[in-house]
Amino acid sequence: MRPLRLVPDNTRIDFLRYRIPAFILSALLIVASFVVVAANGLNFGIDFRGGILIEIRTEQPADIAQLRSTLGGLGLGEVSLQEFGEPTDVLIRLQQQEGGEPAQQAAIEKVRTALGEDVSYRRIEQVGPQVGAELIEAGTLAVLLAMAGILLYVWFRFEWQFGLAALAALAHDVITTIGLFSLTQMEFSLSSVAAVLTIAGYSINDTVVVFDRVRENLRKYKSKSLPLILNEAINETLARTAMTSGTTLLAALALTIFGGEVIRGFSVALVWGLVVGTYSSILVAVPLLLYFNLRRGEQKSGAKTATETS
Amino acid sequence: MVHFERWKIILVLAICALGVLYAAPNLLGRATVDQWGEDLPGWLPTRTVNLGLDLQGGSHLLLEVEVQEVISERLEALLDSVRAELRQVRIGYTDLAVADATVSFRLRDAADAERAQDILRDLDPDVVVETSGDAVGLRLSEAAIEQRTEQAVQQSIEIVRRRIDETGTREPTIQRQGRDRILVQLPGIDDPERVKRLLGETARLSFRFVDETTSVQDALAGRIPPGSELLPSAETPGQQYVVRKRVMVSGDTLVDAQPTFAEGQPVVSFRFDSVGGRRFAEATQENVGRLFAIVLDEKVISAPVIRQPILGGSGQIEGNFSVQAAQDLALLLRAGALPAPLTILEERTVGPGLGQDSIDAGKFASMLGLVLVMIFMVITYGLFGLMANVALLFNIALIFSALSILQATLTLPGIAGIVLTIGMAVDANVLIFERIREEVRAGRTVISAIDAGYSRALTTIIDSNVTTLIAALLLFMLGSGPVRGFAVTLAIGIITSMFTAIMVTRLMVVAWLRRTKPKTVPI
Repeated sequence: MRPLRLVPDNTRIDFLRYRIPAFILSALLIVASFVVVAANGLNFGIDFRGGILIEIRTEQPADIAQLRSTLGGLGLGEVSLQEFGEPTDVLIRLQQQEGGEPAQQAAIEKVRTALGEDVSYRRIEQVGPQVGAELIEAGTLAVLLAMAGILLYVWFRFEWQFGLAALAALAHDVITTIGLFSLTQMEFSLSSVAAVLTIAGYSINDTVVVFDRVRENLRKYKSKSLPLILNEAINETLARTAMTSGTTLLAALALTIFGGEVIRGFSVALVWGLVVGTYSSILVAVPLLLYFNLRRGEQKSGAKTATETS
Repeated sequence: MVHFERWKIILVLAICALGVLYAAPNLLGRATVDQWGEDLPGWLPTRTVNLGLDLQGGSHLLLEVEVQEVISERLEALLDSVRAELRQVRIGYTDLAVADATVSFRLRDAADAERAQDILRDLDPDVVVETSGDAVGLRLSEAAIEQRTEQAVQQSIEIVRRRIDETGTREPTIQRQGRDRILVQLPGIDDPERVKRLLGETARLSFRFVDETTSVQDALAGRIPPGSELLPSAETPGQQYVVRKRVMVSGDTLVDAQPTFAEGQPVVSFRFDSVGGRRFAEATQENVGRLFAIVLDEKVISAPVIRQPILGGSGQIEGNFSVQAAQDLALLLRAGALPAPLTILEERTVGPGLGQDSIDAGKFASMLGLVLVMIFMVITYGLFGLMANVALLFNIALIFSALSILQATLTLPGIAGIVLTIGMAVDANVLIFERIREEVRAGRTVISAIDAGYSRALTTIIDSNVTTLIAALLLFMLGSGPVRGFAVTLAIGIITSMFTAIMVTRLMVVAWLRRTKPKTVPI
């Protein structure tokens, strides 16, 4: 059997030709993300907003309207109900109750009393106002530190220009992923932060592979023009990019379709991140290098020879 | 690269064998391992991966010790001793009160300031006394507050552990978190209401006399004798008692408490230690005929008449108990009182049904992902894809053995991490194989193409994995619970996949090269 070639040998696509449309598209995506987040906000889950989440299973397919009227009359503020995966499963969300931590527990009691014995409780989560605020802080910190750490590593291993280009692609992926959460109003919870960080890790992984080849070719072919080198680096790694994105996407899709409701938001974000991450490595990170003054020396730093640029 | 030292071969094979061995109990399942456990030699590993509460079902409670309460209690006591001391040495004062963590008062005569300061400073080594003009303030020193907090939290953890142990929960985890928090994890509990109720009680028990010199009506009208207070009944809403503040016997002298029945009613019988027993005997001996209130957390459980002296050091608490309530009260009394109330900051309870569904869904998704990726690899790289697939299977075995050995917790996002690792694990092999293809195209011989493929792809593999590792590490440090579980599996997956993709496939490639001495690379 002759092995399959996802990308034919000697593929020569002039990726840099599409850089201006790609930059415009990316800029639009980023601006759109900001606009959507500003207009829609994020649908923060109880991890961040505090509040109560109860997942119940009823014996018969759940009568949402009746549940709504039962729970609506308890005076617990806004109650949102949502069918969750199965017609018998219902997700009940209560807003943060006034009166600090004890009031949250009292509200759970009220709901349990009102629903009686006919339902089983699959999940009860309650996050108090204090913890919510701390989790927001820790989540934001994690994303920012991860980006800073990755930037430092790329800077250390390559040159600062590569670091900046990688950071731009990374920020692009993170911002548009958050934009996706805002647009779809998927719940943004702790596991969403994990998804964003995973996307950051994957995206940079992808970028680094192409950068590695750029660096190698810069050293190997001193006389070739920079656009040519960049294009060749993308093309030479294209088969790998397609293959790895493909396998990871397969796994992520399996997770999205069969992994269950609880991590649906997480897996949808991953699929999105894989797609934009791959796109941004090729059409954002590498073309950006064109605009930086790349050093064409033997060594990654300190070498003062051959500062030719194109 | 084609040259593979013998010791390296042995090392790689040994790691793979150990990986399979340590992963095996997970494949067999807990029940089988326990069943076989006795017949198997002792050196075989039997540990399985710890399932997180979101998978096995259970309850996660984050509690906060209300340390403030301990401090204010301490200040109230300080206020009492300041009052007594000033009276004794005849220093006139006004406006004695506790505010802003300070006991403050004004001297009638500012000239007493120095004398008052000297006397009060000797009162308690933990107290800092400050004066300005006629105003005097006493507060606890930072060190004293710190020490009280520390003590209260330590003691609370101990009491929480005892109470939870008494409920018979299997393998609870009780950990301190931060300065004044306690994390309680109760696997297998799908209805934490009872535990929450038990943890919600401070359970401070005291025996005090009912103040019979006044009526409840008078007290309600605001005429409470000094040294007494109005307390509500625990049983009958609206009913109140006027009770002396002085504690005759306190609950910390109890050595045992058991639920039993008296005249068909559930009651709690208790036994004092020798000190408590003596005090109880004295109090009842001298006060036959008076009402003795049993007070739990500032609520009167009951106030029976002392019919005869109780000398044996044991007694009964009668209230309008249900069987469960009597059991719970006995449990609380046995476990002891909390130094301060606890509040539940966060609760996450997952029923066993949802946990099992999550495991099933996770299993199916990983299997499917795995099969798809393996098919894809074989179609693309043929024989080499097959070798990569073998490495991938070893990788999964290594992930599970690492999780079992480290006793790390596998959570639902952790399963997602494994699924993702399956997708990404082949990346290292993809990089190597693509490189080999390029080198072959560049006209190299079989051996030199494979050699170059491995060595050139290596830096790329390391660079790209370290960046992901950075993200995983930060997730681990800043994440909590399930997210942490995700970070652990992701990090382990990155490390094991680098090992299997580089070493294990290389070993297979080398063996294949030696055996078949191929003229072309089928890639």
